[in-house]
Amino acid sequence: MDAILLQTLNGLDKGSAYALIALGLTLIFGTLGVVNFAHGAVFMIGAFCAVSMNRLLHLSYMTVDPTKKDFLGNPMKIQTPYIEAWFGHDTGAALLNWSVPLALLLALPVMIVVGVVMERGLIKHFYKRPHADQILVTFGLAIVLQEIVKQIFGANPIPTPAPHALAGALDLGAMIGLKAGAVVYPTWRMIYFLFSLIVIGGVFSFLQFTTFGMVVRAGMADRETVGLLGINIDKRFSIMFGLAAAVAGLAGVMYTPINAPNYHMGMDFLVLSFVVVVVGGMGSLPGAVAAGFLLGILESYGSMNAVKSLLPGIDQIIIYVIAIVVLLTRPRGLMGRKGVMED
Amino acid sequence: MLGLSKKDLMFLMIVTALTLAAPILLNPFPESSALAQFNAGYPDLMQRIAIFAIFAVGFNILFGLTGYLSFGHAAFVGVGSYATIWMFKLLSMNILPGILLSVTLGGIFAYLIGFVSLRRSGIYFSILTLAFAQMCFNLAYSVLTPLTNGESGLQPELSDPRILDAARAGGTVATPNLFGLGMNATWKVEALGRVFQFNAGYYVCGVISVLMFYLALRIFRSPFGMMLRAIKSNQHRLNYTGLNSRPYMLTAFVISGMYAGLAGGLLAAMDPLAGPDRMQWTASGEVVLMTILGGTGTLLGPVLGAGFIKYFENIFSKINDTVLHSWFSFLPKWLEDICVAIIHPFVGQGWNLTLGVLFMGVVIFLPGGLIEGGQRIGRLWRRKPGGNGAPSAKNAAAE
Repeated sequence: MDAILLQTLNGLDKGSAYALIALGLTLIFGTLGVVNFAHGAVFMIGAFCAVSMNRLLHLSYMTVDPTKKDFLGNPMKIQTPYIEAWFGHDTGAALLNWSVPLALLLALPVMIVVGVVMERGLIKHFYKRPHADQILVTFGLAIVLQEIVKQIFGANPIPTPAPHALAGALDLGAMIGLKAGAVVYPTWRMIYFLFSLIVIGGVFSFLQFTTFGMVVRAGMADRETVGLLGINIDKRFSIMFGLAAAVAGLAGVMYTPINAPNYHMGMDFLVLSFVVVVVGGMGSLPGAVAAGFLLGILESYGSMNAVKSLLPGIDQIIIYVIAIVVLLTRPRGLMGRKGVMED
Repeated sequence: MLGLSKKDLMFLMIVTALTLAAPILLNPFPESSALAQFNAGYPDLMQRIAIFAIFAVGFNILFGLTGYLSFGHAAFVGVGSYATIWMFKLLSMNILPGILLSVTLGGIFAYLIGFVSLRRSGIYFSILTLAFAQMCFNLAYSVLTPLTNGESGLQPELSDPRILDAARAGGTVATPNLFGLGMNATWKVEALGRVFQFNAGYYVCGVISVLMFYLALRIFRSPFGMMLRAIKSNQHRLNYTGLNSRPYMLTAFVISGMYAGLAGGLLAAMDPLAGPDRMQWTASGEVVLMTILGGTGTLLGPVLGAGFIKYFENIFSKINDTVLHSWFSFLPKWLEDICVAIIHPFVGQGWNLTLGVLFMGVVIFLPGGLIEGGQRIGRLWRRKPGGNGAPSAKNAAAE
């Protein structure tokens, strides 16, 4: 029972990353009809926004303190981050400590710009070309982005810690009345899950309750008619592309304390996110979110020892097996609209 | 002759001649000159070019003729490699049983995966094949470790049973051979200041690739090839005429899977080590790139693409900052540094970046690949008043 609860939490946590990336992919597919293989790279760029923020805050100058000696007997050199010099020691240290959440502020504008530039600069020219060409050009773009990040930050994973206050673990078992210590879960992972719920809620309410969102939904349903009504739907769609990039980027920022980011993390997530989109239904936003959490949880269950001893290796392939079954029995996906991309 | 028209026969003869003479043709620069590093005439590189040409030609039968973009063909290469190594371990170091098994297994896997994947088309097909390939990759990494030796890769060892030629085993593992002819046997001929290396392994790969090229040529010109082209241009209409196109698709998929299995088998035969990274989806991406870089749907395109990519991969990873500085040394110092700084990310370790840029460039500007580029240049020639009008024989036959 405890194990199942723990794995459910694990699954929700994995599922949040899948759901956020798949949400962006679906937004892009639903609005622009483009299959974006570079979306994983966007997630990765978000994660490296957190790394850059961390490095920016740690920029420091050096002073020599003649009263102290280091172990070689030379005068001690002391690194002081500018931020501590400007804001005082305590505030500065707190800012450094909270660098990952602060990186959200950096990532939001950066990712929107990345998304809009990508759409206006490259993908715009591929609307009329076949899907195969879109896949190929975004695949190329993903390689390029990935290699550029590798050139700048190196090939090794870069650990980026969460704030100290959130770095520990929560004893969830005690909270819900089980015995203490039965279900202990890292705090940051819980925060990641809550964060993803907030972002998903934000995107849905933006689409549902604002005029802009209404126009975008109308455009998804019938692009031509909206255009005929005198609305510049292309402009709105490219803003949606920026929004989708921002969602993936923020997911990447918040993911850094869970796994140290490296340059190919995006590719690893991308394949799975595609599978999630297909299972949820191409173009269906609730489908992408639901399938993300569902597959995350199933993958976690698959990695339980009891299940693994019954079906060895199931944890590695369960997502693909489900995708294959869904595609063959219900090609439009769990929540896909009838007639959308069914062949 | 050989069931080919006169033009195709000529074309095949040229390809055969080029393949056989490759060790000479790819060695244009004398050993002592500074340009010697651009020579490609050594066995390892030529083998890889020939093998990847087989892979790309096979992939083109599926992608070029039917338009179905598979992102999972690397799985068949991996299966072929493992099959060959297992034959080395169990039967003998003769490459023949290994290669036969790799082709067979490639075909069987392609049949199974194709049977399921071909129920869908378009992006669904791409994602399904991708999912299957990732599944194979994950399995090879984890559960199937007894069969694949996981991350460290599978290779023949001294303790293997090797039923057929165990008696010949000395103190070391024998090299892969074809009835005693070692794959690493090389005859070096020094002439004209150049060292020409005639390698047995290359000629095995080369002869097989010419045979495979001939097979592809026959498929392209056959009614079956015509049917595949019809699927590409309009599958719906084909279905409305009452024709079931799926068996044709499945056959094409299995054929291309067998080509991929053969390529995997040859890779393992030339260098007996098979790792799971051969099955990763970036490897599938590479063969897609070769095909579109050369020219999708043309006969010669994939061969050109494979040669181009493998050659430049090899050259680019050899160039380092010292070489760059020596190239630009004629410029003023500050300009030299700028040039080196610009080119630096693309060479040495940065080959993948070049590959990505090339990929995007080809898809954006030259969707028909090198062949189309050649034709465009040919057309420019023809338009010139008084210019020699005939397009080169190669292009015409490749169409």
